[in-house]
Amino acid sequence: MGCVHEETFRAMRQSIIDGAPEAAATLAQKSFVLGIAPLEAIDQGFVPGMNDVGEQFTLRTVFLPDMMAAAEAMKAAMNVLEPVLKQQGTERPCAGKVILGTAKGDIHEIGKTLVGTLLTAHGFQVHDLGVDVPSDHFAAAAADLAADIVGVSALLTTTMRGQKAVVEAIEHAGLRPRVKVIVGGAPVTRRWAEEIRADGYAKDAMRAVALVQGLMGSHSDTIRVS
Amino acid sequence: MATQSCADVKPSTTTVRPDLKLLDLSLTERIVAEAFELLINPGVKVATPRAIELLAGAGTRVENGIAHIPESLARCALESVPREFFLYDRAGAAVVHYGGEKVHFDPGSSCLNILDPDTLQPRPAQSGDLVRLVQLTEMLPQFAAQSTAFVCNDVPQEIGDFYRLFLVLLYANKPVITGAFSAPTLQAMLDLLAADAGGGEALKRRPRAVFDVCPSPPLNWSEFAAENLLQLGHAGVPAQMVSMPLAGATAPVTLAGSVVQHAAECISGITIHQLASPGAPIVWGGAPAIFDMSAGCAPMGAIETVMLNMACTQVGKYLGLPTHGYLVATDSKLVDAQAGLESGISAVLGALAGINMISGAGMLDSLACHSLEKLVIDAEAISYAQRLVRGVEAGQETLAASAFAQIGLSGEFLRLKETRALFRSEQYFPSSVIQRGSEARADGQPLCDTFSRARTRVQEVLTSYKRPAMSLEREKSLLEIARREGARVGLQHLPGV
Repeated sequence: MGCVHEETFRAMRQSIIDGAPEAAATLAQKSFVLGIAPLEAIDQGFVPGMNDVGEQFTLRTVFLPDMMAAAEAMKAAMNVLEPVLKQQGTERPCAGKVILGTAKGDIHEIGKTLVGTLLTAHGFQVHDLGVDVPSDHFAAAAADLAADIVGVSALLTTTMRGQKAVVEAIEHAGLRPRVKVIVGGAPVTRRWAEEIRADGYAKDAMRAVALVQGLMGSHSDTIRVS
Repeated sequence: MATQSCADVKPSTTTVRPDLKLLDLSLTERIVAEAFELLINPGVKVATPRAIELLAGAGTRVENGIAHIPESLARCALESVPREFFLYDRAGAAVVHYGGEKVHFDPGSSCLNILDPDTLQPRPAQSGDLVRLVQLTEMLPQFAAQSTAFVCNDVPQEIGDFYRLFLVLLYANKPVITGAFSAPTLQAMLDLLAADAGGGEALKRRPRAVFDVCPSPPLNWSEFAAENLLQLGHAGVPAQMVSMPLAGATAPVTLAGSVVQHAAECISGITIHQLASPGAPIVWGGAPAIFDMSAGCAPMGAIETVMLNMACTQVGKYLGLPTHGYLVATDSKLVDAQAGLESGISAVLGALAGINMISGAGMLDSLACHSLEKLVIDAEAISYAQRLVRGVEAGQETLAASAFAQIGLSGEFLRLKETRALFRSEQYFPSSVIQRGSEARADGQPLCDTFSRARTRVQEVLTSYKRPAMSLEREKSLLEIARREGARVGLQHLPGV
């Protein structure tokens, strides 16, 4: 049986695929008029659009600027929907708390920011510590915010060592194994992740989402790769 | 000192088409002048009575089958050659533009062997191999035209040239670079093209094929080659001269000397062709190469071979003619680093030289072997070359200022609308043959080299192939002509159909 709002959900999905923030915001507004619950709009309208873009990105049929535009559109929709969610006391269930940042000495944030955007779109609470973050800041933030996951990005082989420092800092702070540390970035490999005893590694932003989702649902001690 | 602010500079929206010339004007003029001298002395061997009659009738002294063509006559012929013409696909779209600076590519042609990707050994090509190469070429946008790439070993030699064209027409929409091996089959091939076009007049109006015609070096138009020129001119189907001086063996050892010989062979061919059919389309083309003094072969991937192609093209352009060359091939026996570097370099240089049609992609072993895997790799080199000659575009009102005005020093260019609007035209996105990014270091998986990726890509592209639509009536006509020609040489069934 077709849903009465199917057409609207399809338009929402398309606004994300098109990377059209204005259209996404307008559709979010329209959802109130149509009596679509904000959570429904997110889960059935906008998030599927983000998933679609992510899948196409993995298949190399859409590219980074498209993904960024999709994320902007997602943000525009969320800016409309979130205040109402709060008002209604029906906040989107948090899929998990994630802290992100680039390793000490590294100022390259495109990949990390993209991971953050996608995680947010998928219902995670993301705290982005920015670039060039000392390892103890990751540990402190993880403790303060009761984070589930810490993600450390590095673009340079010289700054990859900063990822190891974060694993150690989290350990010294006594947060492991409850807080998982995941790593990513162009020079990072699974072997490196194993070597520094990280909990997971993903090749790209979409896989990072799957990785984090997997870690949230798993208590396994083995390293995860997505 | 007065300074000029950015606002004072008139925005330029012109794009420079990068090009590379090897000859200055004075050397080009010397080459042409000497070519005219060669046409008088020693003259050109012409083995066809009909061509000799035409030449003699126009004031050429002919002695012992050698025509001493006067410059005035040759210049007159050069004047009547169309400066440009088009090849059309089956749907009637003008997809190949011979003339000016347009650059197109087609796979190498008339190959006897194919590299078996499993054994890495060459084996005699069959009809099925040609069909697969045609399907691959049809799906690769880098190739504007098909070529009759293989001489199929499961088809009687007498109709080998005809049959490969038949298979190309059956499986492709794109125009075709082809050629005949004998006078009777040339007529059958023209019949086939006329049937495909909907009649001889339609074929003349919108030719789908160009025929390679090869003079024998030095300065010799064999009976078949000269007859070919006359017959093609009569049919109004474009001819493409493939002059093949071998520097140091069948032509002077210097590059400049070989370019002179190439020019003389082409000018004499044009004279015969235009005397018979003034205004008929003909291409200044060739497969010039050096002769390797150690290996005793014609290295198609040698840099001097590339230079010869570029210089010969430059002379053709100086005369205002459509041009052709033979590049993107290699002497390596395998699809390896040598194949990549020789083919890639020559694709780029050929494009910079503005050669209208560059044949040769896919070929290994000095044109003795074709490879589907090499063809998909060469397609990437061609895309690089095509991107290069598109140049640096300055279509925006400001080049960078408006972007910075929007985002300041935040570095968030990825988020800009103009990034999204323009990145697809600014950048070429290679196929999976080209490895970029970190994904390739797939953890724990063995690394995969270019040849392995090309094998996968060949399969992917072949899977996506759909045979272009053709009216049943046309298809029936093609099949009828093929059966007729097949029956003539005792072919029981039509292989590859």
